[in-house]
Amino acid sequence: MGERTGLEVSLAVSEAVKLARVEAVAAYPITPQTHIVEELAQMVADGHLEAEFIMVESEHSAMSACCGTSAVGARTYTATASQGLALMHEMLFIASGLRLPIVMTIANRALSAPLSIWGDQSDVMAERDCGWIQVFAETGQDAFDLSVQMFKICEDKRVLLPGIVNIDGFTLSHVIEPLELESQEDIDAFLPPYEAQVILDPRKPVTIGPVGFPEIYTEIKMQQNQALLGSYEVVLEVWAEWEKKFGRAYKPVESYCAEDAEILINIAGAVSGTARVAIDRMREEGRKVGMIRPRLWRPYPFEDMRAAVKGAKGVAVVDRALSFGGPGGPIASELRSCLYPLAEKPVVASFIAGLGGRDVTIDDFYTIVAETEKIIETGYTDEYKMIGVRE
Amino acid sequence: MAEKTKSLDFIPRLLPPFELLAEGHRGCQGCGEALALRQVMKVAGPNTIICSATGCMEIITSPYPETAWRVPWIHVAFENAAAVAAGVEAGIKILQKRGRYREGRVNVIAIGGDGGTADIGLQALSGALERRHDFLYVCTDNEAYMNTGIQRSSSTPYGASTTTSPTGKESIGQQTPKKNLPKIVAAHDIPYLATACPSYPLDLMDKTRRALDTVGPTYLHVLSACPTGWRHAIDMAVEMGRLAVETGVFPLYEIVDGKLKLSIKMDKRKPVAEYMKPQGRFRHLKPEDIERIQQQVDEYYESLVYRAECDAGR
Repeated sequence: MGERTGLEVSLAVSEAVKLARVEAVAAYPITPQTHIVEELAQMVADGHLEAEFIMVESEHSAMSACCGTSAVGARTYTATASQGLALMHEMLFIASGLRLPIVMTIANRALSAPLSIWGDQSDVMAERDCGWIQVFAETGQDAFDLSVQMFKICEDKRVLLPGIVNIDGFTLSHVIEPLELESQEDIDAFLPPYEAQVILDPRKPVTIGPVGFPEIYTEIKMQQNQALLGSYEVVLEVWAEWEKKFGRAYKPVESYCAEDAEILINIAGAVSGTARVAIDRMREEGRKVGMIRPRLWRPYPFEDMRAAVKGAKGVAVVDRALSFGGPGGPIASELRSCLYPLAEKPVVASFIAGLGGRDVTIDDFYTIVAETEKIIETGYTDEYKMIGVRE
Repeated sequence: MAEKTKSLDFIPRLLPPFELLAEGHRGCQGCGEALALRQVMKVAGPNTIICSATGCMEIITSPYPETAWRVPWIHVAFENAAAVAAGVEAGIKILQKRGRYREGRVNVIAIGGDGGTADIGLQALSGALERRHDFLYVCTDNEAYMNTGIQRSSSTPYGASTTTSPTGKESIGQQTPKKNLPKIVAAHDIPYLATACPSYPLDLMDKTRRALDTVGPTYLHVLSACPTGWRHAIDMAVEMGRLAVETGVFPLYEIVDGKLKLSIKMDKRKPVAEYMKPQGRFRHLKPEDIERIQQQVDEYYESLVYRAECDAGR
């Protein structure tokens, strides 16, 4: 068991990165990610972390430099959010296409315009298909654990893909939480140094990032997708090892009071903490409400999700991102397509809430559950509903 | 900052016979850029990592599963060759510190065309120079986006007709003067930068050697004739480069620790018309246009001569 302490979650992430003995960090400041990279810079300055810290001139260059450090075999980390992630967009696809196991924290934040520094998940949802492994943290402990685990998952020879750990901007990144930090000795035993398969080394010249003609492009993309799908097994292995070593269990879909629930709230990230309180109250009132929470977002855990919703009448999906002119929220639309082949399935009610730092309150969850009950009875009326809109 | 060892002055019979940018790539006939990189590689040698921007030199040398590179080479995107090189350099540094990469200095060379350097890649270049990464950036300047079909860049010279700065009743072609990129690079106060041209191979190779011998960021701006885009005969690329230098259109110089020195001082320069006439991209220009260009070239050349004299006298 590690040392139990109170720590700002951003600093816990920095601590995890340090314990992972990261070798290169290239980052650019953006709220609410700044505390993570500031702390890493201080660690390097104080000699607590022996790493190259490249303070680049943009997020685009951050991910570009990360490609460079990773391509010579260095364990590589960066963090960003919102506009920074959007600026990285092009490079995200290249990092995964080049199979470089870079690890990145996203302190999830709304996208402009209007400019908003506050939290939601619009940033990462716009990068859903970038080919990275993606997980969501609910607590500071999650953030610490997932950050260490992600290096091991990404660097596995069967995977070799980059990975994103999502932590909610402010509501997670800037809060002080009680958590257990593991010792360097234990993390070293869990996470060996990165042994890259192919690196840029003049002794053994390789060409990385060539032109792919139509004759070969599809096959390369299929290989990449197979690697991402195949990472599922590695994720489970790494989580099993983590549980054995540190006693904390992780699952692709986490559930709470879900066994006999008729309505399941489905929400990713830190707002699920509020959902738990709402569920506890509803349970006291005798209502059969529970929660399922996607922790693993890519690769999408189809079977876990199908198993998790079994027996429920309705799933109330709360998305903190909006697919403009589309089916509402990304988590909801993906759940719908996941459940579509099933003969018996719950209704999937889609709600958009908590955009740009708007609180999602306990009352909101009451509204969401009531709306879902209505849909179960009378059928769908809208594709989705926005919650907490001031009128 | 700049620790210089004595540079070798290359002579033809002692040129290394190896070709690290291999023959058989898919470049156009008479490509000045491929020639320039071939010369750079003769100097850089096998202990080199190339970080390439997207562009002609990337696509002609790396059609998977073929490669023309006999040194490690990475291409990531268009606008970030300098940022990738920064990562490569920093990555090697930390891995060497931890004993996880073989010892000794590795030449890290970023290459990009004029579009990838003067336009879309300017920010990444500026950042990498400012952070003082130990690398060489080679800009192979063929004065337009040739890879995508001869569109104008900020490095296209005044009056040149390209597919997006076409000449017409209302247009002379490119309407603005060529961006002086080496001047922008020089403003970063890097220890070494030079202009070069593959038509002067020994000069280009000497400059590559000096750049690679310098610790810290260095920069070569290489004018590279493009028969396809400049619309001249395919056997005239070397001659075009020579004329660019002899007319003063593209002066060859070095700036070492802030001091500018002309590599070849042309006391009697040929008229710019001799350089422009064989090129289809300038064919529409009237004598008065060429006269105006001549004036611009003269003014710039004389300002360089003055600067060189001042720097020598310091």
